[in-house]
Amino acid sequence: MKLTSEFRNSKLAGGLLDQIRRHSRRHVRLMEFCGGHTVTVFRYGIRKLLPSTISMVSGPGCPICVTANADLDKAIALAHIPGVIITTFGDMMKIPGSNSSLQEAKGEGADVRMVYSTMDALAIAAENPSKSVVFLGIGFETTAPTVAASIIQAENLGLKNYHVLSLLKVCPPVIHALLDSGQVQLQGLICPGHVSAVTGFLAWEFIAREYGIPCLVSGFEPLDILQAIACLVAQIEKGEAHVESAYRRAVRPEGNIWAQNLLKQVFEPASANWRAIGAVPDSGLKIRKEYAQYDAQTKFEIKTAPPLEPKGCRCGDILRGVKTPADCPLFGNVCAPQSAVGPCMVSSEGTCHAYYLYGDPSD
Amino acid sequence: MCLAIPALIKSIAGQEAEAEIGGISRRISLVLTPEAQVGDYVLLHAGYAISTIDQAAAGETLKIFREIAGIAEGWE
Repeated sequence: MKLTSEFRNSKLAGGLLDQIRRHSRRHVRLMEFCGGHTVTVFRYGIRKLLPSTISMVSGPGCPICVTANADLDKAIALAHIPGVIITTFGDMMKIPGSNSSLQEAKGEGADVRMVYSTMDALAIAAENPSKSVVFLGIGFETTAPTVAASIIQAENLGLKNYHVLSLLKVCPPVIHALLDSGQVQLQGLICPGHVSAVTGFLAWEFIAREYGIPCLVSGFEPLDILQAIACLVAQIEKGEAHVESAYRRAVRPEGNIWAQNLLKQVFEPASANWRAIGAVPDSGLKIRKEYAQYDAQTKFEIKTAPPLEPKGCRCGDILRGVKTPADCPLFGNVCAPQSAVGPCMVSSEGTCHAYYLYGDPSD
Repeated sequence: MCLAIPALIKSIAGQEAEAEIGGISRRISLVLTPEAQVGDYVLLHAGYAISTIDQAAAGETLKIFREIAGIAEGWE
């Protein structure tokens, strides 16, 4: 079984699209929460294939894009502390903070290393016992268990020079915050597939129950997205609102219990700062005091100036689904992948990046 | 960033496995999916398997898609 190409088949996509066109009557607005879904929607031209009754809006599900400048500034300040090696996923390197980026810090002599996994960061810590190795914990529930696992592994290996700057976030509270703000009206939500592989799809039940919005967990291939849209349309036309999975092969109702237990063991819920959305209670993962020696926030005194936001950048409104990149005066001229101003253009899963690569100006 | 790809488990040693991803072999961690067995597909994210893939469910989903598209069984 190929598991990817089979879910990109154009004939099967045609069948799902016919079904969507046959059933869609009401004019609806659907949000794909996850940046990975945004990329699939644009790469395969899904918006243009949908009937005019369905419009889609991108959500804040790009962990890099929603990292606040104040937090990025902390990471960059840490990089400049002598004896510190920063380890991070590559996507973080170019994201601008208030005045600089990790890449620029590296150019100025800071030791910043790209890693593929927290296991690589642990190996760097083992190889450099006289240095402090800090892993930048950026990500949602998909990534957080791999960070938790690394802290347990550091403990098992007796690695005292491994630390994590936890900027990890969880998704359900921010959807709550978005919907409560009343700024975005939705008739359906496509829920993040790999976050749900960890949380289980029942994590989204509250959206259907409290807001009456149908929720579909989706995978990342075009047929997954089309199936999710077809199921959303079916619920909407019947006047129903519940949670379903269009990603049965990877997501169980209860999720990954091992990963959830590891998260509970290492982290506790805390308020987190989301770019343009602000502080959202219980949307962050703070390292528990039992593991404080691995917490970079405890270990280092991190000094930063008050954060600055890039002038004219509309990333914040775009992340909240209130505006589209076409509404931003910088989009496509001042701000492009080669000269990105805001994180939504820098990140490969940012909405502006997807619009720039695959969209057209009329979108 | 939450990108995860299917990987086929070829062998297991403790909490680690040798897995094949599109013809390339790499060592991955099974610490989050201790139930994974040789021959299973897992979803690989940042070096860790985060979920086992239910191949029967994948087959059923594709069967439904073929029915929706009006394509007969056995078509590939």
